[in-house]
Amino acid sequence: MAFLSLRKLTKEFAGKAAVREASLEIPRGEFFSILGPSGCGKTTLLRMIAGFELPTSGSIVLNGNDVTSHAAQDRGIGMVFQNYALFPHMTVFENVAFGLQTQKKSVQEIAERVERILDAVRLREKTRLSVTTLSGGEQQRVAVARALVVEPSVLLLDEPLSNLDVALRLQTREEIRSLQRKTGITTVYVTHDQSEAMSLSDRIAVMNAGCVEQVGTPAEMYESPASPFVARFLGGANILRVAGSIAIPPEITVRGGDGLRVAVKPECISLLEKPAPGGPTCVIEEKEYLGFTTNFVIRVSSDRVRATMVSSEFSRRLKPGDEVGYAVDWSRSTAFPGGSP
Amino acid sequence: MRIGRRGIILPGILLAVFFAGYVLYPFLQTALASVHVDGRLSLGHYRELFDPGNSANLEAVANSVMVSILSVVASAVAGVFLAFVVTQFNFTGRRTLSRLAVMPIALPPLVGVIAFLFVFGESGILPRLFQILLGLERPPLFLEGIPAIVVIHAYSFHIYFYLLVSEALRRMDGSLLEAAEILGSRPWRTFRRIVLPHLRPALVGGSVLAFMASMASFSAPYLFAGGRRFITLQIFTTKLNGELDLAAAQSVMLLAVSLGFFVIFNVLGRDAGGRGGSKGVSRPKALRLPRVVRRICIMLAVVLVAIEMLPMLVIVLVSFAQEGSWTSQLFPSAYTIENYRALVSDPDVLSPFGNSLLMGVLTVCAALVIGVSGAYVLEKGGLRRGKLFVDTLLTSPYAIPGTVVAVGLILSFNRPSLLSGNAVLVGTFWILPLAYLIRTYPLVVRSTAAALAQIDDSLLEAGQSLGAGAWRRFRRIILPLLIPGILSGCLLAMIAAVGEFVSSILLYAYSSRPISVEILAQLRTFNFGAASASCVLLLLMILGIVALTNVVAGRSAPRDLFLSN
Repeated sequence: MAFLSLRKLTKEFAGKAAVREASLEIPRGEFFSILGPSGCGKTTLLRMIAGFELPTSGSIVLNGNDVTSHAAQDRGIGMVFQNYALFPHMTVFENVAFGLQTQKKSVQEIAERVERILDAVRLREKTRLSVTTLSGGEQQRVAVARALVVEPSVLLLDEPLSNLDVALRLQTREEIRSLQRKTGITTVYVTHDQSEAMSLSDRIAVMNAGCVEQVGTPAEMYESPASPFVARFLGGANILRVAGSIAIPPEITVRGGDGLRVAVKPECISLLEKPAPGGPTCVIEEKEYLGFTTNFVIRVSSDRVRATMVSSEFSRRLKPGDEVGYAVDWSRSTAFPGGSP
Repeated sequence: MRIGRRGIILPGILLAVFFAGYVLYPFLQTALASVHVDGRLSLGHYRELFDPGNSANLEAVANSVMVSILSVVASAVAGVFLAFVVTQFNFTGRRTLSRLAVMPIALPPLVGVIAFLFVFGESGILPRLFQILLGLERPPLFLEGIPAIVVIHAYSFHIYFYLLVSEALRRMDGSLLEAAEILGSRPWRTFRRIVLPHLRPALVGGSVLAFMASMASFSAPYLFAGGRRFITLQIFTTKLNGELDLAAAQSVMLLAVSLGFFVIFNVLGRDAGGRGGSKGVSRPKALRLPRVVRRICIMLAVVLVAIEMLPMLVIVLVSFAQEGSWTSQLFPSAYTIENYRALVSDPDVLSPFGNSLLMGVLTVCAALVIGVSGAYVLEKGGLRRGKLFVDTLLTSPYAIPGTVVAVGLILSFNRPSLLSGNAVLVGTFWILPLAYLIRTYPLVVRSTAAALAQIDDSLLEAGQSLGAGAWRRFRRIILPLLIPGILSGCLLAMIAAVGEFVSSILLYAYSSRPISVEILAQLRTFNFGAASASCVLLLLMILGIVALTNVVAGRSAPRDLFLSN
């Protein structure tokens, strides 16, 4: 039995569905991410879990209790907001203590627990400062501390890293993960950044246009995407239209009528230094040197295709306009029947 | 923020009753009275107003409109110039200058006018100085009539432009100017094409406030008009002659002109341009101007602010003048603290201060309830399309001239009714704070609504997710964030109430006379010293209130939040 389950949750705004029949089962202690482009309904889904939006239909069951109609303050769920939503008129301590004061804890207990959590997020020395004087990263940590100190049953994070610069984002990402491991708290993390979702999560749900497209571990999602959308969003895959039929070993042979789509990851396309005679060739259109790897955009007949390879003597030699042989590793590709790509 | 519909009902009802009973009802009474002659329905009064044979009223309206337009122009020039110098140039004393420049906002209109009389009037200090220096029979130049009124208006109302424009300039994204510069634009072109469009909402807002205030102005025409007619004065004399119905018709006329402009400007000003949307730290940046130009501008600004200070200094000086010691000399010839001793020792002289203070406190208490309810309904009542309408309606009394408010109240409460607690209010103490309340509660609505709009919904959601119920969220999150806004609104209401003159002069009874009426009485008996001492005490009282508010709010000098909409 899952700790948090969402059953066919639908939310309509003015007759338009922002979330359509979303069902998720999240076991206790899991780090679960909801991933999708902006406007896909992921934040609405999170706000329904938090209790800020009432579902149009469906139910939310938390630890065996149906909490669908419970007010947010009665759910015992912690949340870190995208803009942190720190109370600007309070100090760091007062912000973090707010939830404990609501629970009418003793002054001594509040002081101890606030101190402990501020230690954990390395903000011990900033206790008495006004939150408005803190840097973005520090504010983010206060927000996490404030949500965690009340020991909520579930922690919700709404794109908590999006207001940080890149270096800080990587560091904070690790901190969130280790804090979650230490506390073992069930966490739902909303993001539009696939690398964040992949690196942090036990499991991921990918959402598109209000629907959950696929749920699975990062590896499952990456290796066997359930839809072209998931393949593109998680792996940056090329969606190739293939006429006729191809064999994708080992198990499937897909016979394409007129609309077979194959998701091919950039790293499954190799540019060949010594192509077999008579093998396929392509023209390099763009080249992007990233250090360890190099990205190419190549033209294969009329398709523009992304390819990635580990940088080498050979890759450094290549330049836009060159014609070069290539090979596709179909074994790690996924084929989908008909429809538009 | 999600509040149940129930949370809106109580403030909504309170607001509706107040607005219907004390704003709409007096207005309807005024409109009704204006179409009655001797108890019968008739358009006689309007025929009289527009009678080509007797053009007194039309002339008065024309004078009022003309003076108002001139006042707007003069206020804009002074206010925008000061705002530019203070925000764009860096020089020692800039902060002091910017603080001093807003001082006149705390000056009750009547006090300002009297101070001007002492400095620039026919027997004022400056004209006499020139007379003596040039060895002339008469002062060569002094302020009287329309120029005097326009200058006084500019003195009081340039603050509107100053505050709005300096705020807009401070918010302006410096990178816009840099972008213009890198595209080869010269300062004047940058000013015209970039800065001016950015300032448009501020200029429109300043214009409407200055125009309305000039139309409604009573003190300046009252003391400086000479023989000229002004619509507020017409209403006053008509009422004194006992022709209430005709005064009502004149009030409707004044109101129609004023509200017409108010609505037009409000609609014009709403489509304010976008705010600077650049990410990261926006660096304020000044127009690059030649050094000489900058120097001259700063000097001019200092002179301007000094002239602003002069009347206040002179009134302090005159407050120490011995009675009858200031007739034809440059300065009063003998000084004494007798004026102040009289203030403190003579209960008859001191009682107006008690009256004004008490009425001010009553006004603020009521304005607090009405104003906060209004802001709450406005911001959190789930209004969408109707919001602009309700907003305009709720804050419209700010645009009703004090004279018109007074006439409406006289017509409404000269007989017992449910709204007056079954008593005749006219001639009693209570009608004064009621008039002040009607004129000042929009200030509290504005400032509270502005503060309320700043409270991000996610703050309340954060509170909710931490287990705080509705009451706790209100007490711990909303209220602390709201208090500075509420306080600054209340402060402005208090300042306006303790110095109020325009409605008071039509409504007071001897026992309930406020300070302003007492000051005027002293002036009338040429008791300049005593009048000035009263003015100084009133100013001290206001400064005390400002200081007290600052202590409570823990903030720096209050700004007129009515303006920073």
